[in-house]
Amino acid sequence: MCGIAGMLVKRPELHESLGEFVTPILEGMGSRGPDSAGLAVFTAPVPEPKRRYCLYAANPVFDWQALLSDFTKRRQCDGEIQATASHAAITSGVPADQFRSWLTQAHPDVHLLSVGRSINMFKDEGQPGEIARRYGFSELRGTHAVGHTRMATESAVSPAHAHPFTAGEDFCLVHNGSLSNPYSVRRELEKHGIAFETDNDTEAGCRFLEWRMSEGDTLEQAIEKSFSKLDGFFTFLMATADKMVLVRDAFACKPAVAAESDDYVAVSSEFRGLAHLPEIGQADVFEPEPERVYSWNV
Amino acid sequence: MERVKQFDLSAVSVRQINQFLHSELPRTGIERIEILNPDGLHGIAAGLDCPVDVEIRGHAGYFVAGMNKQARVTVDGNVGWSVAENIMSGAVRVNGHASESAGSSGHGGLLVIAGDASSRCGISLKGADIVVGGNVGHFSAFMAQAGTLVVCGDAGPNLGDSLYEATIYVRGTIHGLGADAREEEPRDSDYETITRLLAAAGIEYDSHEFKRVASARSLYHWNADAHQEY
Repeated sequence: MCGIAGMLVKRPELHESLGEFVTPILEGMGSRGPDSAGLAVFTAPVPEPKRRYCLYAANPVFDWQALLSDFTKRRQCDGEIQATASHAAITSGVPADQFRSWLTQAHPDVHLLSVGRSINMFKDEGQPGEIARRYGFSELRGTHAVGHTRMATESAVSPAHAHPFTAGEDFCLVHNGSLSNPYSVRRELEKHGIAFETDNDTEAGCRFLEWRMSEGDTLEQAIEKSFSKLDGFFTFLMATADKMVLVRDAFACKPAVAAESDDYVAVSSEFRGLAHLPEIGQADVFEPEPERVYSWNV
Repeated sequence: MERVKQFDLSAVSVRQINQFLHSELPRTGIERIEILNPDGLHGIAAGLDCPVDVEIRGHAGYFVAGMNKQARVTVDGNVGWSVAENIMSGAVRVNGHASESAGSSGHGGLLVIAGDASSRCGISLKGADIVVGGNVGHFSAFMAQAGTLVVCGDAGPNLGDSLYEATIYVRGTIHGLGADAREEEPRDSDYETITRLLAAAGIEYDSHEFKRVASARSLYHWNADAHQEY
């Protein structure tokens, strides 16, 4: 199965309530995906040339301060860290390729979840409700958020296999469904020098879209190209720093419900994820049409 | 005096309610059941076989009133996938929108959706009647074998794909017919059927505003010369 959850708040005064809005959607979809969950929250960007690096360590009492000290000493740079349990976000001016190579060498057991100026990514194994409480999802602030509850069907249960998937910077994707040709997509992308981190089908879709964007397509154009490239079933919910995008495959076999009001755009796999949102009775509730790209700007 | 029993789904489980509706209800003489706080939960009031009125006050999830026999179930809200799937008799009314596969495989009885129904509404219909006050999504009445689908709004692409002997009536725009479905000239008996079903649904339109869609029956026999191109 799997569940998706999305929220984009339209008014600046609601940025503080983003976590409060999206967390019940994610928890409501817990029964669709009880093995792992993830949430990507987009905030106002950190100033150039800084990047926010989100990290995961399997050890819930990992010594993040020691990792930061090691990083700032070795790289002779400044860095700030915000850490909760297995998750940490380091903000630093060190470029992404250098950060990645340092992390791979110094802490091969720590997983790099996301890179960007706006994205803040959380993933973990377990019941989505417990994960939300562990990392304080309801306290998170920002403009929009994309989340996922996973019931694994085709690859392992691990934080790396949990959604959202990321590629490049400030881009993430969650997926309900299954792709039947991820390996052929993967082989094609590997010829372009694109590296994969897992054997998960969704990663192939995510990296295909990011590759098209790196070649100059908009996300919407990349999605149009994916219709002939990706074979399988999907409801994809995606986000970049300034937009949230939703699309379903030609048969729309995987569920999605969207609600748009004056205050927010909310997305869930099932209506019950949206049932408790404020003013849901006045919102425009609809099911997205197949192969139609729905895009909402921040 | 009407005998009424109320359940609150914030306090009891769907399973507890359904067990009561299946096993105890026929012995109690209760005429009306009210279910509060359905909260989009799945399987509410599924598998009923008793002449009772069930009112669900709010949004229901998947399979609400599935396999219904005799009962009259009303949902004051939206419903998830497969409302009244495999309905055998009785009536199910949704005073909101329905998600995918509404009334799928229904053998008898009436399903009314006051708002829109999503894709695959009435898929594999086997004799039930469905009236949709708004629009239906793509692949509605796919492989429908018997029964009637009345759409007061528009129909999405691939309407009636691989249709057998069910009949579809559409008042609005048809955004595309599926393989072997064709528009036909309505007959007086069609207008009578539409008028009867609209009256049962409590929806007022002139039956002459509706188009008739039925099977061209060209898929009934294997055609080796078609090379699987239909």
